[in-house]
Amino acid sequence: MQKLLLLGDEAIAQAAIDAGISGIYAYPGTPSTEITEFVQHSREAKEKGIRSAWSTNEKTAMEAALGMSYAGKRAMVCMKHVGLNVAADPFVNSAITGANGGLIIVAADDPSMHSSQNEQDSRAFAKFALMPVLEPSNQQEAYDMVHYGFDISEKYKIPVMLRITTRLAHSRAGVAKKDSKNQNEIKLPTNLRQFVLLPSIARKQYKSLLENQTPFEIESENSGFNQYIDGKNKKLGIITTGIAYNYLMENYPGNTLEHPLLKITQYPVPRKLVDKLYNECEEILVLEEGSPMIEELLRGLLDKGKKIFGRLDGTVPRDGELNPVIVAKAMGLKTEEGLNIPGNVVGRPPSLCAGCPHIDSVVALNQALAKYAKGNVFSDIGCYTLAALPPYESINSCVDMGASITMAKGAADAGLKPAVAVIGDSTFTHSGITGLLDAVNDKSNITVVILDNATTGMTGGQNSSAFGHIENICKGLGVEEEHIIVMNPIRSKNEENIAIIKKELEYDGVSVLIPRRECIQTIARKSKEKRAGK
Amino acid sequence: MKKDIILAGVGGQGILSIAACIGLAAVSAGMNLKQAEVHGMSQRGGDVQSHLRISDDEIHSDLIPQGKADMIISVEPMESLRYLPMLDSDGWVITNIAPFVNISNYPSVEEIIKEIEKVPNHIAIDADKIAKEIKSVKSANMVILGAASKHVGISYEELQNGVRMLFKKKGEDVINANLRALDEGRKFAI
Ligand SMILES: Cc1ncc(C[n+]2csc(CCOP(=O)(O)OP(=O)(O)O)c2C)c(N)n1
Ligand code: SF4
Repeated sequence: MQKLLLLGDEAIAQAAIDAGISGIYAYPGTPSTEITEFVQHSREAKEKGIRSAWSTNEKTAMEAALGMSYAGKRAMVCMKHVGLNVAADPFVNSAITGANGGLIIVAADDPSMHSSQNEQDSRAFAKFALMPVLEPSNQQEAYDMVHYGFDISEKYKIPVMLRITTRLAHSRAGVAKKDSKNQNEIKLPTNLRQFVLLPSIARKQYKSLLENQTPFEIESENSGFNQYIDGKNKKLGIITTGIAYNYLMENYPGNTLEHPLLKITQYPVPRKLVDKLYNECEEILVLEEGSPMIEELLRGLLDKGKKIFGRLDGTVPRDGELNPVIVAKAMGLKTEEGLNIPGNVVGRPPSLCAGCPHIDSVVALNQALAKYAKGNVFSDIGCYTLAALPPYESINSCVDMGASITMAKGAADAGLKPAVAVIGDSTFTHSGITGLLDAVNDKSNITVVILDNATTGMTGGQNSSAFGHIENICKGLGVEEEHIIVMNPIRSKNEENIAIIKKELEYDGVSVLIPRRECIQTIARKSKEKRAGK
Repeated sequence: MKKDIILAGVGGQGILSIAACIGLAAVSAGMNLKQAEVHGMSQRGGDVQSHLRISDDEIHSDLIPQGKADMIISVEPMESLRYLPMLDSDGWVITNIAPFVNISNYPSVEEIIKEIEKVPNHIAIDADKIAKEIKSVKSANMVILGAASKHVGISYEELQNGVRMLFKKKGEDVINANLRALDEGRKFAI
């Protein structure tokens, strides 16, 4: 059968369709976005009635997926690594409730922070929650692991994490499909208290989760995804996790590696296999795409055992993603440097699109704030975060989604005046609403600017849950109507907009300004689609 | 046969259609492929690259090792230089010389071209101009691919098939315009 050329993300999506999911839940976030988009654009998924619209945030997505699992059907939920922080509460507790229909949580990590504010390793979260993890090393494995993941999820009634990283998510390779499974029928849990985490029930459930760690580990040892590949040179044994395996093998074309190798792609860590490697080899090198989790386990607190090489002793850099050259250096192999970059090549940082509505908003904001000292603008995550850079330099914070409103509130509480929050429409409904309610209840002196470009721009223009709701939400939260003001962020209205902002900066209380103009990229895409449709 | 190709450009310039043509051609010729793309933040007008690897044998890494690329194909002159550390000592730089200026400190184009000419194996082509001459401004990418066609390790017929497959949905006119652009690029490089 002809292989399909799929991104890692697409392989996961196709596998989920083939494995009989009834729904996929997600909030966009690089590098996970393309999984859900693939399902949304798949004719097959449409024919099978698989639900796939965007959720308002990762927590609502996680909980909805858990609800589908409760009803006995298979569900997948996808997010970027920091999305898992948002979904942490239901994620951790879902290991204790367990699953009914198969449930896979895809966490897409971004080592080297290509498009993220940190590079946390989601395997740590799964370990914290005592949940099994699958960590594919290539696109085919990603496809196969989704099928296997649903099998063990239903066998042990446990949600399973599929952990991927940017390179796998956004790299294309040939993938062979398996036969399709039917979706499950609705079938409620046999024990209708399974999902009731009252202390008395949760204690029991937690004990059985702990007991299940042994069978989970046996699965890890026997499923075939973790592989022990023997080698005759036992001076050094190597452990790879996830795609680190590829970078190692790249350096040994034609399978010329002479050292014993443990390729780990499934957790809990298969202790028997690690034990074998540790006993048979004099020294161990650990190559992990992510934080040195297995390395830390091997070293233990005192690191008094055999010599271990990895990220913690500098054999491999402590941060960032791996690549073939880093691994070659760790193996003591010769590497190439290539030619130097000529001195006249300059950086080309990402920037706001010419004509972007955010430009007019931040230009007006800068002018309205001109008479105050700098440093009063808290912001958030989205295209507008680029306004932190020259030539605008309009904003002073970007921490996590929603933090603009709450940080402005805290700073206002401390006496900072004016305190401005700049937040996108999608980010506002993701995590801004609750903070605005705090500000209203506290009568905080803040000016909130909700940049409504009618889309989730930064991640490629997905529908925004906020669309058509913003004023009503603000009204409902108790923001006074005369301080909810819609503006038109275009150059010809600049003076008018500056005047509006200045007035609201003076107001003692919560005011909300809504500069509203659609993202020019989504306008262009829609007109292209319209032309193609005709 | 094995080719490791770095594709370079600026977000939105469409380097992925070049990758897709080579990829479709390689796969229909029964080769293995891995192609690392850049999505997300860096697309917003920033520099973008893609690692395209095709081989008769198994390909392990999604990333090409530094100093081992057979070729840099770039749709923008300054961007072709950014990835020189990736290039093998006898690798090729095949690049458009029409600059994409979206930054205020863009260097002198003459100086950039001088640097390109220092690379022993290079093809520098004004793909925008050629695409304009054949009244197909959107096909500058295919002009560059045509200029690279001798070196990508796939027969020209297969590459032409790749173009046909890629633009199949867009109809005969678009296919022919892109095939013409491919031809013009190839002619230039010979
Ligand atoms: C918890 C979390 N989820 C997802 C993301 C990825 N992400 C970054 S910005 C953004 C969208 C922002 O949309 P919006 O606020 O409407 O601003 P725009 O980009 O449209 O200007 C998303 C989804 C993230 N950084 N953190
Ligand atoms: S994608 Fe849309 S919101 Fe983002 S910078 Fe471009 S125009 Fe602005």
